[in-house]
Amino acid sequence: MSKKIHVTTTINGEPIEFLCEARHSLLEVLRDSLGLTGSKEGCNNGNCGACTVMLNGVPVDSCLVLGVEVEGATIETVEGIAQNGELHPIQQCFLEGAALQCGICTPGFLVAAKALLEKNPHPSEEEIRFNLAGNLCRCTGYDKIVRSVQAAASQLQETTS
Amino acid sequence: MKAATSDEYKILGTRPIRHDGADKVTGKAKYGADVQFANLAHGKILRSPHAHARIKSIDTSAAEKVPGVFAVITANDFPDPQDKIADLGEGPVTLSHLGSNVMARGKVLYKGHAVAAVAATSTHVAEQALNLIQVDYEILEPVLWVLDAMAEDAPLLHENVFTDSMGEASEKPSNIEKHLHFEKGDIEQGFAEADIVIEREFKTASVHQGYIEPHVATADWNEDGQLRIWTSTQGSFTVRHQTAELVGIPLSRVTVYPCEIGGGFGGKIAVYLQPVAALLSRKSGRPVKLVMQRDEVFEGTGPTPGSFVRVKLGAKNDGTLTAGKAWIAFDAGAFPGGPIGPGCMCVFSCYDLPHATVDGYNVCNNKPKTQAYRAPGSTHVAYATENVLDEIAGELDLDPLDLRLKNAVKEGSRRVDGPVYPEIGCVEVLEAVKNSEHWNAPLEGPYRGRGLALGFWFNCGLKSSATANVNTDGTVTLIEGSTDIGGSRTSLAMQLAETLGLTAEEIHPQVADTDSVGYTDVTGGSRVTFATGLAVCKAGEDIQKQMRQQAAVLWDCDANEIEISGSTFSRNGNSISFQELAAKQLQLGEPIVGRATVAPDCSTNGFGAHIADVEVDPETGKTTVLRYTAIQDAGKAIHPSYVEGQMQGGAVQGIGWALNEEYFFGDAGDMKNASFLDYRMPTCLDVPMIETIIVEVPNPDHPFGVRGVGETPIVPPPAAITIAIHNATGVYMRELPASPPRLWKALQEA
Ligand code: FES
Ligand code: FES
Repeated sequence: MSKKIHVTTTINGEPIEFLCEARHSLLEVLRDSLGLTGSKEGCNNGNCGACTVMLNGVPVDSCLVLGVEVEGATIETVEGIAQNGELHPIQQCFLEGAALQCGICTPGFLVAAKALLEKNPHPSEEEIRFNLAGNLCRCTGYDKIVRSVQAAASQLQETTS
Repeated sequence: MKAATSDEYKILGTRPIRHDGADKVTGKAKYGADVQFANLAHGKILRSPHAHARIKSIDTSAAEKVPGVFAVITANDFPDPQDKIADLGEGPVTLSHLGSNVMARGKVLYKGHAVAAVAATSTHVAEQALNLIQVDYEILEPVLWVLDAMAEDAPLLHENVFTDSMGEASEKPSNIEKHLHFEKGDIEQGFAEADIVIEREFKTASVHQGYIEPHVATADWNEDGQLRIWTSTQGSFTVRHQTAELVGIPLSRVTVYPCEIGGGFGGKIAVYLQPVAALLSRKSGRPVKLVMQRDEVFEGTGPTPGSFVRVKLGAKNDGTLTAGKAWIAFDAGAFPGGPIGPGCMCVFSCYDLPHATVDGYNVCNNKPKTQAYRAPGSTHVAYATENVLDEIAGELDLDPLDLRLKNAVKEGSRRVDGPVYPEIGCVEVLEAVKNSEHWNAPLEGPYRGRGLALGFWFNCGLKSSATANVNTDGTVTLIEGSTDIGGSRTSLAMQLAETLGLTAEEIHPQVADTDSVGYTDVTGGSRVTFATGLAVCKAGEDIQKQMRQQAAVLWDCDANEIEISGSTFSRNGNSISFQELAAKQLQLGEPIVGRATVAPDCSTNGFGAHIADVEVDPETGKTTVLRYTAIQDAGKAIHPSYVEGQMQGGAVQGIGWALNEEYFFGDAGDMKNASFLDYRMPTCLDVPMIETIIVEVPNPDHPFGVRGVGETPIVPPPAAITIAIHNATGVYMRELPASPPRLWKALQEA
């Protein structure tokens, strides 16, 4: 077994240190070492988006990032979206809009959708579909996911204006 | 239509937020892969690289010596079930088949078939050890295509499988494990009466359920002999039973804790990992977790059958159907079993045919053992029948909707497999199509076309249990055993709330383990909202009975004198609310616990119709879905968002089946596209919004009229899409998927 490597990073606003083997993916580190099991594994090869996290402000598939690569990085996972005991509007809209059935894809969609709305607060339906095309959902047919992102966009717009 | 209007009800028809919602949007919900234990070992499974081979020997000695390896097992570690047959809740199962699918015994029958397993300190160490296991194979010729596997001289998968033809066994072993035959009326006379007869052949590829969560199980075989399993499953009781049989212990020694489940669609009923994790745990003395990788899911778990279907229909010039004949062959995959029965049932289930015959064959071949996939068997046959019907409409110059309406089944129609329909909503669904904005909207432009198709699924009843504890704060904790794949906790809580006059939020639904709730069949067959719903309604009535007695103590009267309206109990001007009575229950008498068990022996008969508008790119053969509407009879939509969600999700799965999804096999029987990149399921960029129209023709067998809704929506899409492609291009696509290369070729040849 190879020697473990020490990594210092910031996850959901908190400084975190962990040890990992060179072959461990960020997803494995989050789930198995840090107990942050909100990020899901659907494919382990970058095809489903269930493991999406924000890495230095950019959504990435955490199964495609190595744990050792996040030295000094800032990471946000689904566990960091709700703040101070309050759901974020995107989470609230997903619940009100019934955007989840089994819910396994939901963490990835929430992270990706939040990233989209931060970059583009008024996305068209086409832009929402394009930006979420890296996240697979097998249950919903996407209709209610897209509508919930639209609802969150208008709600966020109201709160900022 | 005597649909109940939503204002008859306080709770039903509203859209409360699901009870497990906050957990699922914050990442706190515990799915199968999220369970963690001290001393947990991680398992991995060695899988066959060959589609058909005899196992001459397996040498695990080198793997056992790898530092960090705790246990290695093969089929020899399982008890030999011999020729035992067990009823595991879905009809009789030959245990040696089930067991040999979990861990190959003697032969491997598909690429990806499990042959050995390792438990180690980590999956990485387990993987290293797997590489050191030596398996000596004698490679045999595989057979993949269903018609090839039926040939006399086809490679034989099982020496001990004989054709069961309507109860008669064949003399020689055969890959054809089952032949079904149904008839109604006089088929010769029926075709003689027809003015037009059309017969066509259709093929469909193997497709996978495609749930995003891979299979997962963690087992802990305790020192006292109790086996505990945490897993992702559609049915914790069937996992308990299957695992107990395969590892050879009484089922009471197994407790199954159902975790949140990341999709199933029929594919998470059979056990794969649970018995393996159990034996690895017994051998290693630790809890063991097994999680599949995506390629293992594609190669080692149930696709739905690939199929060959021949349908012949006869009609009079006015469109009246006179006769139908179907010949259906389905892949069973590696072991007997599969949805040929439902395939035969559904092929003509939407139309009142006076004369019909149906023959169905279920055929073993070197693919993973097929499993149920949403309305199993129905999509294949609807694709065939609806296309032939559309051709008849074209030939006779009749409106395709009117042709369907003219022949639609109604109460009293007899299906070819026997049953006579009770009150059903087939005609009402078609009328809703007729009145819909989509059907009446113009569709213009080159290479654009619209398709309409009908679909049916019978929907199960089966068995369910529920317990409901009344809390002194006036709320009710509902304990049930149906794993919740799409919001069923809430649709059940709403039925209890409606029964008791409470709000959905005043009910706290919990999905319990197999020791904590009465026997409950799988979350499948579109049965939960209906059958577990029945149990929940009855448990509510049980609560009301007990509370009435307590009110009688309070007012010193006979319980029969007390009236209940909503959540109010009253007598002679006195009244008390549910909440007040709940608060007094411990002073007035015994704790209030409602309980009920049900075994409804009926189908809830779901009909749906879909309208698809497509545009075909003649340069590439790519089909774009421009607009799509799903119409369905839900009986009574308890939570309309979740009914719509089922319709939308099923439609999009069906669109994937129609246009892209398929297993590509090499000549050696190896799947070439075992990843989400190459097995192309629809992304959100591939589909439009899916419009929905819910029709409500109440089901007479449920107090609120509920029908199952989950499965029907996958049935019409391949038919609707291919009919739309025909209307756009003039070519009929009689092989699925109608993928760009296939459609492009058809356009070139046209
Ligand atoms: S698990 Fe990372 S993309 Fe699927
Ligand atoms: S809700 Fe099940 S995969 Fe999206």
